[in-house]
Amino acid sequence: MSAIGELRALSRRSGRDGPRVRHRDNRAAYLFLLPWFAGLLFVTAVPMLASLYFSFTKFNLLQPPRFIGLDNFTRMFHDERLWAALRVTFTYVLVSVPLQLILALLLAVVLNEGVRGLAIYRSVFYLPSLIGGSAAIAILWKQIFGAEGLVNHVLAFFGVPGESWVANPSTALSTLITLGVWTFGAPMVIFLAALRQIPAEYLEAAEMDGAGRVRRFWSIVVPLLTPIIFFNLVLQIIGAFQSFTQAYIVSGGTGGPADSTLFYTLYLYTSGFANLDMGYASALAWLLVVIIGAFTAVNFWASKSWVFYDD
Amino acid sequence: MTTELRTPPRVSGGLSRRADRALRRASGAARGRRLLRHVLLILAAVVMLYPVLWMVAASLRPTDEIFRDPSLMLDDVDLSNYSDGWSALSHPFGVYLLNSMIVVIGSILGNLVSCSLAAYAFARLDFRGKRVWFAIMLVSIMLPVHVVIVPQYFIYSELHWVNTFIPLILPKLLATDAFFIFLMVQFIRGIPRQLDEAARIDGCGHLRIFAQVLLPLMVPALATTAIFTFIWVWSDFFTQLIFLTKPEKYTVPLAIRAFMDVSSGTNWGPMFAMSVVSLVPVFLVFLIGQRFLVRGIATTGGK
Repeated sequence: MSAIGELRALSRRSGRDGPRVRHRDNRAAYLFLLPWFAGLLFVTAVPMLASLYFSFTKFNLLQPPRFIGLDNFTRMFHDERLWAALRVTFTYVLVSVPLQLILALLLAVVLNEGVRGLAIYRSVFYLPSLIGGSAAIAILWKQIFGAEGLVNHVLAFFGVPGESWVANPSTALSTLITLGVWTFGAPMVIFLAALRQIPAEYLEAAEMDGAGRVRRFWSIVVPLLTPIIFFNLVLQIIGAFQSFTQAYIVSGGTGGPADSTLFYTLYLYTSGFANLDMGYASALAWLLVVIIGAFTAVNFWASKSWVFYDD
Repeated sequence: MTTELRTPPRVSGGLSRRADRALRRASGAARGRRLLRHVLLILAAVVMLYPVLWMVAASLRPTDEIFRDPSLMLDDVDLSNYSDGWSALSHPFGVYLLNSMIVVIGSILGNLVSCSLAAYAFARLDFRGKRVWFAIMLVSIMLPVHVVIVPQYFIYSELHWVNTFIPLILPKLLATDAFFIFLMVQFIRGIPRQLDEAARIDGCGHLRIFAQVLLPLMVPALATTAIFTFIWVWSDFFTQLIFLTKPEKYTVPLAIRAFMDVSSGTNWGPMFAMSVVSLVPVFLVFLIGQRFLVRGIATTGGK
């Protein structure tokens, strides 16, 4: 069961441990969990609360934080760059994640049909997802889509002239989307593992009844895969909202040209660590948590109508 | 799923000539489709890998040729980009490799110890509030680091830990990569409880059951953890960018970024060469640990 399946199961099983239940391992358990508790408290919970407090202050690290109420949040409404960042980030998430998952599912289905050399293909398709977030690949992307980059060389071969893709505000974001889609290997491996779990009898029975390949895919494979599609969707969306490295490197830390690659986290970083506007950066961080939380909640809510659980 | 690939059973004599011909045509079509599938898959694989392969090829060319040659062919191998790149920044590139290694190894040790301890408690022990803590642990997997980064920076700078590796390694010692706790919990659940119980009857305490019975059986999960930690920490950019600002403390991703500042992004040859160097460890770990990676990502559903 995936982390999300576990959460689902936990939330369905209501009722607490009875008060009279004896927990025989209390002491040992708390000892084993000591590092985790310490981390939860000092690395996660306290900083989270502190950043909630900072979000109501003006704070530049040098002077103590000064309480300013809701100013950071009202400021957001008039912050043009924030709106640009939201636009860019939503576009990125809503375009790259579906494309990535469709490609992942498609290739998983093809590879699952008993292709010879499966292990090799799987490795080749999986590798980009391990290096796609690195600074090195971001640099490569900047060259590939540059004025004299690889893409334009290929286009020139077909007689199509090209300008720099990363320097043009209307195409810069699509180069980053391409990079996101390029890393479809991780969800593909998850799909492949799930496809293996589909009982062959289901498909054979459907074939006997005269269902063709397409029909079998839509009527059997897809419904049985919906929990995994959902899982991949939730996690890829959460991850995509936090993308940073590729935008930072390709735009040289500016989010340019014309804020067209200003990912949300890049704007947050610039506000907090370049402009030392830590209060505002904290407010932005909490807005990000709210956005990601809302997306995830809507996903869970919508899943009731399309995710099919076999159990 | 593999039904259409199976060749039809040969029944001698029982079939009319027409049916026989139809069968042969069907298997011919199946073969054709199989071939087409391989062609398409190979094409896709080439498109996927071409940029990376081209970067390797380009790093072995003189800089002025990089832009002119989109192919993978090399007239002769020119290693000067590697020697130039190695010493192009304020410190030799080896310093950055070493810094990254320190952070990675510290993170791996931290994750292995702290996550396996927590996983044992969640998978095997009975304690108050277990379900609530478990749910908190699962939710924390999805929490963005941004919501803690500002106060963390503040705390670490008060403690004079900025520009040390402590802010990067300490959280791993405290099991904040909860994904790995979950991975190990899943794994331990698959180990028969009778083993623990037998050990308990023999008088073993929890620590010995954990260390002597379960840990040796958990090697695949530990390997998966080590490999993923290596790859993720090696390419982590955001936290390293924030906590390391002095060039002598730069890790590999920060050094790569520094190239862009130094050469204002024009000195592609040395930059590509060091980019290739930075990817080699990930590639090696991938080759060695593939088995564990694929299994780990498949059993837990990935990150």
